[in-house]
Amino acid sequence: MEDAGFIVACYVVTFGGVAAYVSYVLRRGRRATEQLPDESKPWM
Amino acid sequence: MADMATGRTTATTATAATRTLGIVTLVGVAWLIVSGLLVSPADVNQGESVRILYLHAPSAWVAYLAFVVTAGASALYLFTKKHSLGWDRLAGASAEIGVLFMAVTLVVGMLWGRLTWGVFWRWDARLTTTAFLFVTYIGYLAVRRLGGTPEQRARRSGVLALLAVLEIPLVHFSVKLWRGLHQDATVLRPNGDVKLDGFMLFTLIFGVAVFTLMYVWLVLHRQRTLTAEDLLDDVGLEIAIAERRGESRPPDLAADVPRSDRPRPDITVGF
Amino acid sequence: MTWWRTAWLIARRDLLVEWRSRVALNQVFPFAGIVMVMFGFAIDDTRLMESIAPGLVMVATMFSLLVLVQRSFALESEDGALDALRTAGVSSSALFWGKSIALAAQLAALQALLIVLAVVLYGSSVRPAGAPLLVATWLSGSWGLATVGTLYGGLAAGARGRETLLPLLLLPVVAPVLIGATRAVEAALGARGTVVDGWPWMGLVAVFAVVFCVGGTLAFGPLIEE
Repeated sequence: MEDAGFIVACYVVTFGGVAAYVSYVLRRGRRATEQLPDESKPWM
Repeated sequence: MADMATGRTTATTATAATRTLGIVTLVGVAWLIVSGLLVSPADVNQGESVRILYLHAPSAWVAYLAFVVTAGASALYLFTKKHSLGWDRLAGASAEIGVLFMAVTLVVGMLWGRLTWGVFWRWDARLTTTAFLFVTYIGYLAVRRLGGTPEQRARRSGVLALLAVLEIPLVHFSVKLWRGLHQDATVLRPNGDVKLDGFMLFTLIFGVAVFTLMYVWLVLHRQRTLTAEDLLDDVGLEIAIAERRGESRPPDLAADVPRSDRPRPDITVGF
Repeated sequence: MTWWRTAWLIARRDLLVEWRSRVALNQVFPFAGIVMVMFGFAIDDTRLMESIAPGLVMVATMFSLLVLVQRSFALESEDGALDALRTAGVSSSALFWGKSIALAAQLAALQALLIVLAVVLYGSSVRPAGAPLLVATWLSGSWGLATVGTLYGGLAAGARGRETLLPLLLLPVVAPVLIGATRAVEAALGARGTVVDGWPWMGLVAVFAVVFCVGGTLAFGPLIEE
């Protein structure tokens, strides 16, 4: 069933892509927040 | 700039709420993968390729949702009296996530198309409009990076987002009219709409729910990062002005024209 | 100064600058001509070219549009004229209309040239019945492209690193004109379809022109505000 390759590829692309973006967001978030005091953060 | 931190500094955009959301989402993703790949049956007509649909449809949904949020937030920024930058940051965060899910939608869609129709691409209204939306978003993100004050950024990209709202139906209608000329005379008339029922339908809807949770989690984190970055810019500017004031000997020569007329950051912007 | 007079003065200024410098005439029009010739080299199939001539004309138009828009705003940024006009209290909508009118005039001239080139190079011919359709498409297409070009041109003009944004922003947006005008011209030239078939396509172009005329009038001010 060569369809399997396509199907697995789709799952890899989807969740791999999202995972990569998640790590990007978290990394960038960390960099931006480590220099700010907590009082100034509206979500805390 | 670590000495700027007069209070505690936690280097994260997470809160208890987002941590809970994240865990729930991860569980949902795991369940979706298991049921999509293993538990749910192959479709009578579509065969195994329906498993791709469990990803493709939800990611398309999120991409369009993100676009709507960007447009709505842009309108709220432009047309409310307060012109709160929180709306602009929401618009920007949502747009970035939208680009991601648009890209995923297009790639997965191409793979699905290859499997189902034998071609990677079809010039139909839906696909073409999606590709168009993708490019428009990329332009939007590029405009956000043009520089200037946050207010300039917000105004420019806000207007752009609203122009895109105007444009999308035009493009969709144009392509629909255009492709109406070319009836694909294939024996199988595959279109994007599939009839699912039972567990397959449930999996699809579950997929939409899980992807929506992913979107919310991502938007919250990304928007908070943008807020932090804007605050950092403000802080950095004030430090620079203070330093300049400190440099000049006679105190009243410290009437340097500030680089911008921005008021002090309004940290009660509640996002 | 009334709004109309302002818009007219700005249109006149842009056209006068062009008339005196002849940049569009000497540079942009030959560019468009070269594009048409290059299509000939690349495609190299006379019968095919005759049937796709309208598409080639529109694509050449789009590329030339980019150059014309950048030229239109280069005039402004050279001496900070745009900012000066804004500071002087010139209504941004009058500014928008003035620049759009001037740009539309140049586009109309360009497209006329391209149609002539299509007849000469690709063997197209205009059906007598198709002439009104051709003229209508020509006019609404020029106006639609001019308004949308002025709008996005205002955004992409000026600061370093912005000019490269213009193609990315503008070309996707003009897709409806590309689709509609090409089909309409195909009908008018007899490349595909009957003349009657072509009118709805011209309608699409006209709708686009109206949408961006109105949208541009409203959005131009906020967009160029610095």
